[in-house]
Amino acid sequence: MVERRELTKRFDQINPEQIQDFLALDGFSMLEKALKMTPSEVRDEIRASRLTGRGGAGFLTSIKMDSFAAETGKKYIVCNADEGEPGNFKDRYLMEKDPFQVIEGMCISAYATGAQEGFIYIRGEYQTSIKRIQNAIDESRKHHYLGTHILQSAFSFDITIRQGAGAYVCGEEFALIESLEGKPGRTRVKPPYPAQEGYFSYPTLINNVETFCNLPFIVRIGGDAYRQIGSDFASGTKLISLSGNVKHKGLYEVPYGTTIRDVIFKLGGGTPNHRAIKMVQLGGACGAIIPDELLDMDIDNERFQIFDSKMGAGAIIVMDDSHDLFDIIHRNMEFFAHESCGKCTPCREGHIQLVKLIEKFIINEASQKDYDTLRSLAQVIHDTTLCGLGQTSPTCILSTMEFFPEEYNRRIAYRKRGGQA
Amino acid sequence: MIHAKINHIDVVVEEGTTILEAAKKYNINIPTLCHYPDLHINSDCRICVVEIDGYRGLKTSCSTPIRDGMMIKTNSPRVLNSRKTVTELILANHDVNCTSCTRNMNCELQQLSKNLGIDTSRFDNVLEYKDIDDQNPSIVRNPNRCIKCGRCVDVCQHVQGMHVLERMGRGHDMDISPAFGLPLNDQSCSFCGQCANVCPVGAIIEKDNTNLVWEKLHDPTKHVMVQIAPAVRVSIGEEIGLESGLISNGKLVAAMKHLGFNHVYDTNFTADLTIMEEGTELISRINNGGTLPLMTSCCPGWINMAEQEFPEILPHISSCKSPQQMFGTLAKSYYATKTNMDPEDIYVVSVMPCTAKKYEATREEFSVDGKHPDVDVVITTRELGKMFRQMGIDVNRLPEVEFDSPFGITTGAAALFGASGGVTEAALRTVYEIVNERPLEDIVFNSVRGMDGLKEAEVNLAGTTVKVAVSHSLSNARKLIEEVIAGKSPYTFIEIMACPGGCIGGGGQPYGTTNEVREHRLASTYIVDGNMIYRKSHQNPDIHKLYEEYLQQPNSHIAHKLLHTDYQYRKKRT
Repeated sequence: MVERRELTKRFDQINPEQIQDFLALDGFSMLEKALKMTPSEVRDEIRASRLTGRGGAGFLTSIKMDSFAAETGKKYIVCNADEGEPGNFKDRYLMEKDPFQVIEGMCISAYATGAQEGFIYIRGEYQTSIKRIQNAIDESRKHHYLGTHILQSAFSFDITIRQGAGAYVCGEEFALIESLEGKPGRTRVKPPYPAQEGYFSYPTLINNVETFCNLPFIVRIGGDAYRQIGSDFASGTKLISLSGNVKHKGLYEVPYGTTIRDVIFKLGGGTPNHRAIKMVQLGGACGAIIPDELLDMDIDNERFQIFDSKMGAGAIIVMDDSHDLFDIIHRNMEFFAHESCGKCTPCREGHIQLVKLIEKFIINEASQKDYDTLRSLAQVIHDTTLCGLGQTSPTCILSTMEFFPEEYNRRIAYRKRGGQA
Repeated sequence: MIHAKINHIDVVVEEGTTILEAAKKYNINIPTLCHYPDLHINSDCRICVVEIDGYRGLKTSCSTPIRDGMMIKTNSPRVLNSRKTVTELILANHDVNCTSCTRNMNCELQQLSKNLGIDTSRFDNVLEYKDIDDQNPSIVRNPNRCIKCGRCVDVCQHVQGMHVLERMGRGHDMDISPAFGLPLNDQSCSFCGQCANVCPVGAIIEKDNTNLVWEKLHDPTKHVMVQIAPAVRVSIGEEIGLESGLISNGKLVAAMKHLGFNHVYDTNFTADLTIMEEGTELISRINNGGTLPLMTSCCPGWINMAEQEFPEILPHISSCKSPQQMFGTLAKSYYATKTNMDPEDIYVVSVMPCTAKKYEATREEFSVDGKHPDVDVVITTRELGKMFRQMGIDVNRLPEVEFDSPFGITTGAAALFGASGGVTEAALRTVYEIVNERPLEDIVFNSVRGMDGLKEAEVNLAGTTVKVAVSHSLSNARKLIEEVIAGKSPYTFIEIMACPGGCIGGGGQPYGTTNEVREHRLASTYIVDGNMIYRKSHQNPDIHKLYEEYLQQPNSHIAHKLLHTDYQYRKKRT
């Protein structure tokens, strides 16, 4: 079995707008269980699970959580539902098919860390998600799973939805906080980190929708058991948004360690019309582009780390041999040039130069010098930008340089020969 | 204490020290661009990156605290290549027209490019030309030279609390500009010029009036007289290659004569006059139940803010014109009469530490007859330095020359006008003696000196203890203003200066004005005061002569006509 449905187990089994359906399939029972534990016991389980953030960066959740729990006074929990990575739709599915699970995850998180108030920051385009989550909040509050003295305990917590107006960079935690505060979404320098100084300078814990949804699962089976799922590199399951030239596009939940090929062929049914796979982009527009030969590595193989890239948010975009590599990276770089907040130099000025350099390849005007400049610039952007956007955006260029050198060489040689094929 | 290694050199610093600070302590230079002492760390330019063993990517040394055991390299190929590339990227979106830029040879981007050895351009220039905003008399904003470092935004928002400049748009279209891209004239800009002072390139500069001055200096039909503000003489040295804080009074006058000015005067004279008028106004308001606290009116940046943002506060502001304008008025009235000259032939130039003074001089009400302005043109300390360079004058080698008369004698009190707290100190020296009719024993008011943003002092006037307050930087001023508007101000007299440190830290002062430099200039100011024969404005014999010959007495009808003004609410200046 390739799939292991834990976070998606209620999908299509319940009416997402009915709290009774959720409760009937052990909804909120993990919150009840957590409330019988001490907050530090809950955190111990999360630490033991070695859960990593599911938003893209993939850091250990417990590190952020523990340092946030150590802060005192007013503090906030923010659920990052500003899913904007091209090819990713897992958070939308989680919010639309099992919205109560998101609430339960946030409640457990708030209980474990001592936060009193939460926000769910949802991109404005996700109107159905907004509607479903709002309904879930209202229903949960009505049934005392939100609000004061949740389930007659001393624990109080409530959640408000905030809508993002559609800027990709607002998925970055500080840009998101600026947006929450009513400012243009531009990132801030770290440190201080949000867990120390976030929303209006209060300690703020930000996690992705999928990360929060993992918490009831961890409470259910315990941190040690959770760690047994997955690979040596990452524990638990991962939601994969599978799209592109694949027969069965959609959302799949698999344990870490599953190979990319299995996801594409066993779950996705391979390419339509049986065309050859030319490239697969992992993680979204900012992920690595790999050739068919590498599809047997698992979805968190250390090999990704050569680009500081893992599975990102969990997109697999399949491209068959009808696609042109330069067309793809050009479109990606135009996207990032547009979505950069413009605050730091390498991101603001770098992406536009990447676009111009790639255009030279597209029109067969690129020289070896352009190739060198492209590689150097991509590396510098990756190394020097202020936030995750620019740190990851060049991955698709650097990975294609690594895995598709012949594509570059062919274009350079074409120019050398004076345009003779 | 933190132990780490930078370029294999052991460093030991206190916890919380940034890598940049630690490196500086060990004389390891890390280049920076957006970084500026006293401002927030934005870490936007990414020039100061360093490599740290075990860390992903490169880290900006300005914002990264040094940690125990860190192995830092400031000179690895990866670091050097990144710095160079980032600088090239900036240059590729810049008009790179260096020789026709005010900041040529004095530009931080140019210096950085030179130091990094940038001799080729790998990237296409992608600059899209935008309109230059030169629609006001004080500040010119040239977006084509902006490198988006954010220093101006920080100083405008956080030091001055004005929020005129902001980052607009995003991605490659991100611009630093006033709201909606409108000209500064349409915004509540105070024209304080702090943005121009911290701008590392030529993107925000003062409106250059040096050509206007040259034109008149070369016009034989004009009698060109110049006044120099007290804060200029403690900073001009920096502009012409001398150390900060150096006082070059006599040499300065000599140099001005070399430029061709017919007469060189000291604004300090009308600073003394301001004390006479404002002190009398204060006493009168105290005795007659007038509007209190009385607030100073010397600083045009603050006046701009008050007129635009706080109409309720206007009755509190002293009706006195600023010393600059008082000088201009006297030049075109008293001086013209005394010398039998037609005011039309007199051309008054001011050298000010301030860009807002340029706007002040253009205000319609500041003219004797509605046609001829009191002050014809204002240049800043920086522009004066430029004129010296244009003439090749080596100020330091000139013999000392005295200021001209009839405004020749000035006091230490007047010299204090250059420093935050100076007007207050000067006023207290005079008001105390007039009200109490006995000499003031200790004339130094230490509590209003120094770089604290809000300062206060107490003085006994006719048996009553009177509290006075001093603020500098407009963000500090706001606190006092809001207190006054709320009717909760415990003060009788409030001095407000728009720029940090007062005029010595003005927007027209030499580049590199940091709080450290401000401290040097403040110290020099107090030395000037200490060295003066007269240290109280009401002791100035030339001031007495002026009242005897022309103005009769402080606040007389003629004094009021010439030396006082009123203020009005103006939402926008245009």
